Amino acid sequence: MEMKERLKILRQPMPEQDPQVRKRNFDEVPLGYTPEVAKAEALRCIQCKKPECVEGCPVEVDIPGFIALIAEGKFIDAARKIKQTNALPAVCGRVCPQEVQCEVRCVRGKKAEPVAIGRLERFVADYERAAGEVSIPKIENMTGKKIAVVGSGPSGLTVAGDLVQMGHDVTIFEALHAAGGVLVYGIPEFRLPKAIVAAEVDYLKKLGVKIETSNVIGKVATVDELFAEGYDAVFLGTGAGLPSFMNIPGENLNGVYSANEYLTRSNLMKAYRFPEYDTPIVRGKNVAVIGGGNVAMDSARTAMRLGADHVYLVYRRSRQEMPARIEEIHHAEEEGIELHLLTNPIRYIGNDKGWVTGIECLQMELGEPDDSGRRRPVPIKGSEFIKDVDTVVVAIGAGSNPLVQSTTPGLDTNKWNYIVADEETGQTSREGVFAGGDIVTGAATVILAMGAGRKAARAIHKYVMSK
Amino acid sequence: MSAKILEKQQLSENVFKLVLDAPKIAKKRKAGQFVVLRIHEEGERIPLTIADADPAKGTLTIIFQVVGKSTAHLSGLEAGDSLLDLVGPMGQPTHVEKIGTVVCVGGGVGVAPVYPITQAMKNAGNHVISIIGARCKDLIIMEEEMKAVSDEIIVTTDDGSYGYHGFVSQALEEKYLMTGDKKIDMVVAIGPVPMMRALCDVTKKYNVPTVVSLNSIMVDATGMCGACRVTVGGKTRFVCVDGPEFDGHQVDFKELIDRQRIYLDQEKQCYDHYCTCRQQGKGA
Ligand SMILES: Cc1cc2nc3c(=O)[nH]c(=O)nc-3n(C[C@H](O)[C@H](O)[C@H](O)COP(=O)(O)OP(=O)(O)OC[C@H]3O[C@@H](n4cnc5c(N)ncnc54)[C@H](O)[C@@H]3O)c2cc1C
Ligand SMILES: Cc1cc2nc3c(=O)[nH]c(=O)nc-3n(C[C@H](O)[C@H](O)[C@H](O)COP(=O)(O)OP(=O)(O)OC[C@H]3O[C@@H](n4cnc5c(N)ncnc54)[C@H](O)[C@@H]3O)c2cc1C
Ligand code: SF4
Ligand code: SF4
Ligand code: FES
Repeated sequence: MEMKERLKILRQPMPEQDPQVRKRNFDEVPLGYTPEVAKAEALRCIQCKKPECVEGCPVEVDIPGFIALIAEGKFIDAARKIKQTNALPAVCGRVCPQEVQCEVRCVRGKKAEPVAIGRLERFVADYERAAGEVSIPKIENMTGKKIAVVGSGPSGLTVAGDLVQMGHDVTIFEALHAAGGVLVYGIPEFRLPKAIVAAEVDYLKKLGVKIETSNVIGKVATVDELFAEGYDAVFLGTGAGLPSFMNIPGENLNGVYSANEYLTRSNLMKAYRFPEYDTPIVRGKNVAVIGGGNVAMDSARTAMRLGADHVYLVYRRSRQEMPARIEEIHHAEEEGIELHLLTNPIRYIGNDKGWVTGIECLQMELGEPDDSGRRRPVPIKGSEFIKDVDTVVVAIGAGSNPLVQSTTPGLDTNKWNYIVADEETGQTSREGVFAGGDIVTGAATVILAMGAGRKAARAIHKYVMSK
Repeated sequence: MSAKILEKQQLSENVFKLVLDAPKIAKKRKAGQFVVLRIHEEGERIPLTIADADPAKGTLTIIFQVVGKSTAHLSGLEAGDSLLDLVGPMGQPTHVEKIGTVVCVGGGVGVAPVYPITQAMKNAGNHVISIIGARCKDLIIMEEEMKAVSDEIIVTTDDGSYGYHGFVSQALEEKYLMTGDKKIDMVVAIGPVPMMRALCDVTKKYNVPTVVSLNSIMVDATGMCGACRVTVGGKTRFVCVDGPEFDGHQVDFKELIDRQRIYLDQEKQCYDHYCTCRQQGKGA
């Protein structure tokens, strides 16, 4: 096709479940491209000689390369091309914030809309899985080195996948009963179907990675005990799984959840399918979700799907400052989530049985910029008001879980108790111990955790081979 | 990790004991710690104290009371069956040292978790007095085991069908605290929350340090979710990682009782669903 023709093609819309229907089910919201639509979208890429989009991707996926293969209809080859640098394309295609990473840099975005890189990535990964054509590379030279990976989130899965392919004997230790980290306990089914995560984990197992679920490092074995058992190196990818609360009155009332608990009950424990599954969850009618990030959006949309009449998203800054992905805010609003911006809770009100019945808030206005460069919200005097709610989900961020740090002498941490590790290698203050992902950076993104895992895998390989 | 059931024993009408094959946990566990288990794919994660362990044999003992769906299901398993997941040892171990005279109090099925602590207190060289109680004689468990690790023991029943007629808290006050014969240096109490609260009210009066082990509702038990939070001394603490033992005089028991009731309706629905399915022979 002529370049002129290609420039005329409009960005292909993503077919989605109707908001009125999807707000009451847990099925995935975007339905995915068909091969024809994918090819049309692929033709929009002008195959830049110096592709800016690649610079925006933390793991430098060969974007024009895989898109050219899609345009030729070579979908399986396209999937393999992505997998050279990104082990989890089906996940990243769905959850990467493309609008601030790869797509924001796409030249087509300057005059028209950027190429839908994420949607194309998702398409080929799904195509490959559905075709049953996921290939298992043969691993030739076993090194005889044993590596322990603590945590099975995106960082740990990436480290394990890379190292096993270099011929090492890799074992992942995961505290929960299922592998995947936030991908299984945090991000809901309607955004990332759990079957996809399970398929990725299964792929690693086929490569030879051993996964020991229900093993909490720091409890059943310490890092030092792993070395004593014969591991040559240890990677720590334990994530930022410590719920933050605001420490305001009434936070321990019944019906007040941390987002971690709310989402874990629903996703990992499948409480949304109670009583078929045994774990219960409060199905509130009037739900307030506190926060403005992805976690808050996921909580609010989960509350709606659990049958709420009203879901209020209470956020202390304005829409511009919301850290959630634009697409998620848009999806949430379509589903009827009510945004209460520039609003901050100051206390929860309960009844004599200890159940939350209301939330008292203050109206805020934006003042001077703070450390993060965002304008600081300041309370407006006398603006207190009370809203009736029966459920609250606190989604204001997460901290570092101390289980490993507190049982590993000599492991340096910073003032928030995140592990100090070299940005390029993941090397910590302890020899043979590497770390990456949210436990080093604080809560970030899937792809950044994977990028850190990739760098650490290289450094671990170098370390164990030189020993 | 999955874990095989090696032995099963019924201790009273509603209390069962299981011996599990779990060598890694058996080697590491200390008094006061617990495990979390999941029976099957649709199951809940439930916490149970490690009542005993044999590191040489690689076994763990758990003792539980049937109170709802998961414990009912667990009681229906037999030796040879396996649990889908078992994780542990979770929680902080009991702080054990020689301090003099220690009273270990267990109410109902709470005797099971207090047993390993009693044993550890005894091994540390303390003079150990045990007080174990239940509603009636048939519900008293582990009397022989407790006797074997105690210097003195009192058994109480609410209805007077056996031993001292009254609550454990009354026995403690009447036989020891009121008489003042022996200086009690510490009390460790585990049982239903109302029992622990009553006991703490008594020991507070006499200024006797009291440790209680809290059984708040849990999900992950790794400190990730906050389901298990309690207020102790005005501060929010997570029972699964900061506890399960706390200074009983600082615990907000009212809040704990309220929080244990969050899922009452759904638990009943789940249990009824299970019972109906079982009657119809459909399994769980
Ligand atoms: C609700 C939610 C929505 C999100 N949405 C997005 C999104 O749309 N896009 C995006 O890019 N990012 C998103 N994120 C962020 C992203 O998921 C994380 O940045 C990413 O998962 C971090 O990966 P990780 O490997 O560092 O750790 P995690 O995914 O947190 O995994 C850590 C794993 O380690 C295990 N572990 C912890 N301690 C131990 C121990 N002592 N022993 C054994 N195992 C242990 C944990 O159980 C967990 O499974 C979201 C996060 C949440 C919570
Ligand atoms: C650290 C700890 C140690 C424990 N040790 C023992 C023990 O040694 N023996 C014993 O019999 N029981 C013990 N328990 C209590 C035991 O976990 C509950 O009885 C069990 O989870 C009930 O499950 P169910 O489905 O049978 O009942 P459900 O019908 O689900 O609940 C009945 C009651 O049990 C409590 N409960 C429910 N779910 C949970 C949960 N996920 N976590 C904690 N409590 C819950 C609630 O108060 C509820 O009202 C312990 C609890 C904790 C937190
Ligand atoms: S991995 Fe994420 S950032 Fe990189 S190309 Fe794919 S969607 Fe874009
Ligand atoms: S910047 Fe856009 S047009 Fe250029 S190669 Fe990347 S995706 Fe294609
Ligand atoms: S049970 Fe989740 S933090 Fe304690």
